Amino acid sequence: MNSLRLVLLACCVLIAKSALAGTPDGATIAQQGNGHGAAPCMACHGADGGGQAAAGFPRLAGLPQAYLRKQLEDFANGSRSNATMQPVVMSLTDAERDAVAEYYSKLPVPSAPPVKTPDGEAAHVAQTLATRGRWPNGLPACEQCHGPSGGGVGDHFPPLAGQSVLYISNALHAWKQGARHNDPLQLMQTVTSKLSEADIAAISAWYAAQPASTVKEAQP
Amino acid sequence: MKPSPWMMIGALFLLAACNQKAQQAAPSVANEPAAAATSPKHASGFEPPADSSIPSDDFGKQIALGRQIFIDTGRYAKGYVGNQLSCENCHLDAGRLAQSAPLWGAYPMYPAYRSKNHHVNTFAERLQGCFQYSMNGKAPPLGDDVLVALEAYAYWMSKGESIGVAPLGHGYPKLPKPAQAPDYARGESVFKRDCALCHGDNGQGQQAAGRTVFPPLWGPQSFNWGAGMERLDNAAGFIKANMPLSRGNTLTDQDAWDVAYFMNGHERPQDPRFHGSIEETRKAYHDTPDSLYGATVNGKTLGEGVLK
Repeated sequence: MNSLRLVLLACCVLIAKSALAGTPDGATIAQQGNGHGAAPCMACHGADGGGQAAAGFPRLAGLPQAYLRKQLEDFANGSRSNATMQPVVMSLTDAERDAVAEYYSKLPVPSAPPVKTPDGEAAHVAQTLATRGRWPNGLPACEQCHGPSGGGVGDHFPPLAGQSVLYISNALHAWKQGARHNDPLQLMQTVTSKLSEADIAAISAWYAAQPASTVKEAQP
Repeated sequence: MKPSPWMMIGALFLLAACNQKAQQAAPSVANEPAAAATSPKHASGFEPPADSSIPSDDFGKQIALGRQIFIDTGRYAKGYVGNQLSCENCHLDAGRLAQSAPLWGAYPMYPAYRSKNHHVNTFAERLQGCFQYSMNGKAPPLGDDVLVALEAYAYWMSKGESIGVAPLGHGYPKLPKPAQAPDYARGESVFKRDCALCHGDNGQGQQAAGRTVFPPLWGPQSFNWGAGMERLDNAAGFIKANMPLSRGNTLTDQDAWDVAYFMNGHERPQDPRFHGSIEETRKAYHDTPDSLYGATVNGKTLGEGVLK
């Protein structure tokens, strides 16, 4: 009888332990990696999730959880082609992908040094594209999906405000060239097919200069 | 060495695991490469003047105010708006876009006799109707700043057009009647596939930073049963030419009719002209196969209205 109890107890401990091991911690993965191949996210995305502007590594802090989760899946399946992110994501389990997406979505948006707003013709082009679009070419305004001041809308339209010039520019080029084709309804592929190099430079600089924290709203 | 049963079981597990990984890694159908880029065919018989040509004098101030009202109606015409919509939601590009009922397509056509109310309407009276029905609010009185500003904006935009001649691209395109009668269930599939991303699973739209980004399509915050968009032909034409936003003219005509039926097969605020009963109101104002007011759709008779 006693030995049976001992066996049961041992089983319970083992089950509890494996259950705990099966619930990865997003913060740990972000700060230390997952111990089996995935580098710590913060090595590139910064200790506060603010990204690294100069290298074009995006801010993850405060982005919508569903959006982050989908991007991880899309790096893995190649619909968002990225040589750095693909091996990282491939070594994360589904549960680990869930955990880091949740972790970063809940991080507060860190304050960033102000970025200079473009001026002259670039400012005019950017402001027009951001707020009005170019409808004779069938091009809607960025705000019509990404929200006022590019603050993001819901689960599918991430904030643009305060991402770095290089990140936004790289993303727009990736859409345009097809390296990234994970957009719902092919919205970004369609839009970027109508943007010139000058448009991309102007709009990237524009949104990089918009403050991220003031437009970030709590997700419902 | 012969493989032991345990090794074989282990191998099976591995295979299963690999298979699962492979399934996860395969791109979903939705991620297939883009079809050949399609550009919206917004055939237009008129090019409105650039916004930058709005004069900076006192007349120009009123034109600019009209433009602001058009873009953010709830803010600049507060008190006359009873929902989360703006004029621009159905008249894209601040009322400038062909096949999206542009202002320059309407302005030169007034005054006009309208069967909707059986008398000759001035342009200002036509605008009052927008507030009463599409905005589910109340009509600004004639001479009110809101109407004057909107009329000034429409007048400015129409400079150089012929009076009384409907220019190419006015109104919404008239689609041929669909091969199959519009259908709720087919419309629902189109909605889930192409519309819910922005307009939400329940057509409620999406807001951000206190502004409507994606307009509500039915329910208490949308247009009421008296609005022109309640008509299936109007809705199908608008949707075909303009939806999904930036990807106009990619839906089939059948899809456009079906999803228009689905959208207008939902309840929305009551027609302000309601009198007596749904039946009588239908007979008076909705006596057309293009209106679902009073019809039974998806097991429910429409026209009860919803409270704001």
